[in-house]
Formats: sequence, C-alpha cells, structure tokens
Amino acid sequence: MPITIDQYQAIIRAAAESKTPLRIRGGGTKDFYGNPAREKNSTLLDMTGYSGIVDYEPTELVITARAGTRLADLEAALDQHGQMLAFEPPYFGAAATLGGCIAAGLSGPRRAAAGSVRDFVLGVRMLDGKGEDLQFGGQVMKNVAGYDVSRLMTGSMGTLGVLLEVSLKVLPKPAAGLTLRMAMDEAAAIEKMNQWAGKPLPVSATCYIDGELFLRLSGAEPAVRAAQVKLGGETLKDDDIFWRSVREHTHDFFQPDKPLWRLSIRSTAPPLLLPGKQLLEWNGGLRWLHTDGGEDAEAIRVAAKEAGGHATLFRHNRSGISVFHPLPSGMMKIHRALKEKFDPSGIFNPGRLYSEI
Amino acid sequence: MPSQELVNKLRAFLPPEAVLHEAEDLKPYECDGLSAYRQLPMIVVLPQSEEQIVKVLQLCYATKTPVVARGAGTGLSGGALPHAEGVLMSLAKLKQIIAIDPLARTARVQPGVRNLAISEAAAPHGLYYAPDPSSQIACSIGGNVAENSGGVHCLKYGLTVHNILKLRVLTMDGECLEIGGDSLDSAGYDLLALMTGSEGMLGIVTEITVKLIPKPEKAQLVMAAFDDVQKAGSAVANVIGAGIIPAGMEMMDKITIHAVEEFLHAGYDLAAEAILLCESDGSTEEVADEIQRIYAIMQHSGATNISTSRDEAERLKFWAGRKAAFPAAGRVSPDYYCMDGTIPRKHLAGVLRGIEELSQAYGLRCMNVFHAGDGNLHPLILYDANQPGELERTEEFGGKILEMCIHAGGTITGEHGVGMEKINQMCSQFGTGELAMFHAVKAAFDPAGLLNPGKAVPTLHRCAELGAMHVHRGEQKFADLPRF
Repeated sequence: MPITIDQYQAIIRAAAESKTPLRIRGGGTKDFYGNPAREKNSTLLDMTGYSGIVDYEPTELVITARAGTRLADLEAALDQHGQMLAFEPPYFGAAATLGGCIAAGLSGPRRAAAGSVRDFVLGVRMLDGKGEDLQFGGQVMKNVAGYDVSRLMTGSMGTLGVLLEVSLKVLPKPAAGLTLRMAMDEAAAIEKMNQWAGKPLPVSATCYIDGELFLRLSGAEPAVRAAQVKLGGETLKDDDIFWRSVREHTHDFFQPDKPLWRLSIRSTAPPLLLPGKQLLEWNGGLRWLHTDGGEDAEAIRVAAKEAGGHATLFRHNRSGISVFHPLPSGMMKIHRALKEKFDPSGIFNPGRLYSEI
Repeated sequence: MPSQELVNKLRAFLPPEAVLHEAEDLKPYECDGLSAYRQLPMIVVLPQSEEQIVKVLQLCYATKTPVVARGAGTGLSGGALPHAEGVLMSLAKLKQIIAIDPLARTARVQPGVRNLAISEAAAPHGLYYAPDPSSQIACSIGGNVAENSGGVHCLKYGLTVHNILKLRVLTMDGECLEIGGDSLDSAGYDLLALMTGSEGMLGIVTEITVKLIPKPEKAQLVMAAFDDVQKAGSAVANVIGAGIIPAGMEMMDKITIHAVEEFLHAGYDLAAEAILLCESDGSTEEVADEIQRIYAIMQHSGATNISTSRDEAERLKFWAGRKAAFPAAGRVSPDYYCMDGTIPRKHLAGVLRGIEELSQAYGLRCMNVFHAGDGNLHPLILYDANQPGELERTEEFGGKILEMCIHAGGTITGEHGVGMEKINQMCSQFGTGELAMFHAVKAAFDPAGLLNPGKAVPTLHRCAELGAMHVHRGEQKFADLPRF
C-alpha cells in the first residue's frame, strides 16, 4: 500500500505510461455508487495509507486533512471543539474517508440549510494524470486567485485527479436542537417546507415520509424554543437516530435490494407521479425514489428534467442505464476537454462518471 | 479584420448606436474601477439580447477577434480592461429581472442587473440576495459572478459561488450552455464553481439564477474598542471559539479610526488602537442571546470600551464609519492604494506589525481595515503621486504586503480578483504546474484564447521574466462609491 506522495506519483506515472486505468479508492464505502469500471484490467489505488489531520485550529474554522483520513476520525476531532462538517456527509460505512466524501460530492440532511460539501471546500492538494503535485485554493475563507479547481474536484468521482489533502471550512455545532413531526399530505408538506424556508426560522433539516413531515430545528436555545411555539407539531424522541438513518439510508424506507433513484429538483415541484415509493428531503429539493425494478428510466429522467433538475440511479446500477443524468452535447464537450487536460492518458476511474470520460 | 469592416458586419445585426468605434465614444470604456490601467478598445458593442450576443461571438470567433465582457465597470483589478485589437462587450443593457419565485426563493436575472436591485425587487417577499460587495448600488450581478464577489457578510452567508444556482453561458463559438439547475446540485462536473470567479475568461454569462434568503428579523451591533491590536485579534478568535458565527465582524486600526471619526463623527473611541464591529442577525430571540454573549466575550478579551447599538439608527451610525474608510483615506491623503490579501486570522497581529514596520521603512502611512471574520485584509497605503518616487515606493510596499500574505498561508486576492492588477503576484502564489493547469482549464472552454486574453493567469514566460514582485498603482474611479 502506498503511503508517500512519491509512491503515488510513481504509480500514476507507470499507469499513464502503460495506459492502465487506476481505480482510486478510500474506504470503499461508496463502491456501489457510479457506473461500473469500464475496463476490467484496472489497478486499485488504495488511498487509506495517506491519512491524518494536517492542521486544525478551531478558531480559524478550517481543518486540513489527508484524503485517506477516516471521516469518523475527522468528525471526532471537530467534535472535541464543538465543531462539525455542516454539510453532514453520508458515510455509508465506518471506513468512509475524506477523499471519498469529496470525490462523491454527497451532502446530508443539513444541505438545504447550510450548504453542500463543495460549499465548504476551501482548497485541495492533488496529483494530476501526469503525477504533478498541485495545490489549488487554500486555507482561507476568501480566495479568488485562479480558477476554482478545488470545487471542480468535488463530485468529480475521481476522474480528474488523485486528492491528497483537502481543506474544509467547519462550523460550530448548534447549541440546541429538536425535531418536530406533523401529519400532512405531500403537496401541503412541499408548500409548508418552502414557505418556512423563506422565513427567518432555524430549520436545519426536513424530511417527508409516509404522510408525515419531520422538521429539525437547530440553533440558539431561545431561537429553537420560539420556533417550536410558532410551528407547532409533536416533538420526536431520539431525533439524532432518525436523522442518521435518513442520512445513512438505514431508515426503513431504504430497501437495499431495490433500485434507488435520487432526483435533485426544484424544491417547489409538485409531488412526482412516478411508480414506486418516495422520501423527500431538502425542502422538497431531493426526492428518493424506490422502484420495484423494471422502471422506465427515461420517464424518471424526463420528470426530473421537467422539474428543473436531474436523476441519478443511486443504487443498483445496471447495464444500459447511465447512472448519472446524461449531459447535453455542449456540456459533454467541456467535460471531455477538462478530462483530457487533467488526465491526458485517461487513467483515473474511466467511465465511473460517464462512459465518455 | 480591419475595424471598419468589422463595424459594418456588426451593424448588419446591431442598431448603429449599439456599435461604437469613434475614439470619443470609446473613451468611457477605456478602464474599469482601476483607472491606472487604460486602453481604448477597437470597438464597443452594446447588445440587448442573448441572440445578439451569440451573433457578436460568432463573428468574433470567425475573425479571431478578442472579446472582453464588461458589466458596470466597477471592478478593482482591471478585469474589464479593453483589448486594443478587441471588442469590448458591455452587458449593461441586459438589465431585466426576468422572474422572482418567492416560494422557491430564487430570482432569474440578466447580467446587467445591479446587485442591490435584486434585493430591492425581492424585498416585498421578505427575501434578499445575500452577497453585498460595497459597490452594490452600482455593480452588476454579471460582474459579481465573474469576480466571485463577497462583502461584509461572507463568513455567515458566503460568496457569490454559494448564492447562485444556474447560469446561461455562451462559449466563444456562440454555443449556449446551461450550467447548474433549479436544483441544489447538477449532473457532472461542478462547472458552476469553475465559472464563478473566472473573470470573463471562460464564457459570457447571459442569465443568472440566484438564491434568495429570508431577511433576518433583526440585526444588532456590538462595538468594542481595544488598546492593543493583538487583543482585538484575540477577541475575534474568542467569538469564533465560543461557537458564534457573526453576521459581520470588522476591524479598524488607529489611523483609520481617526480618519473616519474626523470625517463622520460615528462616535468611535479615539484612544483605541483598534475597534471591532461585531454584528448579529437572525430572529429576535437569537440576536438577543448572541449579542449578550458577544458583549461578555469582548469584556473578557480586555475591551476598554463597549457599546451595543440601541436601535437601527445607531447600528447604521456605527457602520457608517467603517463604510466610509475608503473615502476617508481619500480625504487625508491625495492618493491611496488598496490591497486585498487574505490571511489566516491567527497571523493578523504579526502581519499588522509587519505592515507597520514597512510603513516606517518606506515613510508611507497605511490605514488597515479588515474583514476580521474571514481574514480579508484591506491595507490602504496613503501616498502622493505628485511627490517624485512616492508611487514607486507605494508599489514596492504593496508588493511586500502581498508577499507577507502568501507567506502567512493566505492569498493575494480575497475578493477583488486578479485581473490585470495582480497578474504578477500570481507567479508568487502559484507554481508553474498550477499555472499550466489554469491555462488548460481556459483552453477547455476557449481553445482559441479569445475571451479576455492576458488577464488573471500570467503566462509562464511572464513569470520567468519577472524579477522582483511588482505591484502597480491602484487609482480608483467611482471615488464616491463606498468601498470596504
């Protein structure tokens, strides 16, 4: 297992030379996500040997860690100082690493209120397809020198480079919190969530499932209490467990043996009439759809597009269906051009995001 | 192509008054907010629709004519400086707010819409657009996207990149891309982030969907005076360490306090070495709680004088001094030069000491205003351009400040952009590998290199040729605009 930058560079250079694809992998908790490897002869590039927190000063609100650092270790360090990753990253397994979190670009329940993983990325150190050691962004909140390559790396599924280090903005944990639950139909829930998001209320997460709306309030104690009085509803016990189950897909809604679609759309879009069962998050902006299989992928994609967004076949990818929403030709042209610049030999996770890159 | 021929071709689809080529008509476009750099363009075009922009781009692409986009022209880094053989494309006529969706909390606007106009249009719905660069009464949202503009509320509410959802972008060959979506994320690479802050080098933005957020119920301000800059710096860290993210946190040093107090009578403590302004916003309950905690932290941190704004009028009065720092500099000195470095906050005292030492060594005064929450420092070097050698000393002094910011682990520009002004400092901040990658990113969007050529990213050749750090004079236009 490589542990030094020199070793990673040597592996990349050899792979580029022989045009052997590299499968970049952290803890492997998101192996299920994305298109299956295009070439069968790929080499595993294990990142877990490059780990550790490089720099963390709570009063700067910035943490820098190596890509192989376990997310759990990172969050434990933050927790000691009452801070957190505000985008609430899903782990999908205890071995989840920082690098995988950034590459997958997934955010959890707090996303609509606090921002996404890319919103908190301040800088990266990475190796490109020639093995060049590059640094973009930095460890400061505001930085407009050069193109924002750090955020470009976020969600690129390892197709542009090997992440070595990432600097993230962190935030203090809210002092108080509670979750309200209230029964209503889906259309009413969508309207309410959006109305409340337009008011100065400390709503930090929303979820709608089985005729019930769950609303998490977080912030200063008096603000949470005042909002509770304004909004009404019942208080949910052990709400941490509930939100963790939504984030980690361990909630009863999620059926590991059935295809799962992720539709990221305009939050105000009316209920989507698609066969299957749905769970809503992000004020209606995120809709998880479980089907019984054999669904019409094209119909799902059309529905997502008409609602201003896109659809991902999140789990149970299968041949013939692109996991990620197909791109218009003009966009694909830019994607191919960027891939060509960052990874001229096409060795980084080829096909995992789109077959063309 | 000879300019007259290009003018004729442009006039085939643009009205005559939308194609300018006489020197007197070109003059107003020769510079942006950084007037030290001036260059007449070959032609100015003022399209009114996306369709016209497409045609201009197709023509320029076919004739290999450089295109420089311009919004309100308030930028501080020369990003909209014209190209002598190019077309300067003003997007000022595209100033329509296309739609506001109060329930979805979004606004679709054209690039020439003024930043503040969006918040004004959203106000009846109790919403606003958060990034508030100091020039917000004049600057355009298209320019904000190009520079990834910030403001005084960045730490809590983010920069432009955090507050936009979707862009319509034309590439140099006239192809239209929809980047982002009405959703909170989109498929493929995050090109929205790449476009934001790209200084008009990758594409022409023709439409922007921005996020709107609820107007806080209340805002209140604590003003604390300190007899030592180090103590003020520690107070900032203590506020953050206590788990508070203030809506705004600003610091001024002694020379700034005196300059603005004389000018505005904001009620600042003239005995102070540094003053902190710390604002809380949110629900009434939240603000009451936070203000109480901030007050206590200021006390513990050794503030010599603390006041809390009693009402909206007093809050605005406390702010007025800070917002007038740049005009105040203009009153106490014939010329001033504004820097825009960002540093990790822990190095504040050291960097300010370094600036003070340089100030004495160069015999030039320097006012320091600081977005303390996010580490963005705006030293204003005071000089007199009519004194022989003073401008050169100012340039050298400024260059040394930027070097200090880089050494402290920071950056040469927090919010004003690289443009033409800081292009040489890019050689100090980045290595050849990163610069080569920036050129590659540009080439992915604009292989012919026709969009705003020569800005933001220096050629490797330029860096190699460059000996010492060299910063140019930062004369300002729009002297009446608040700048902070």
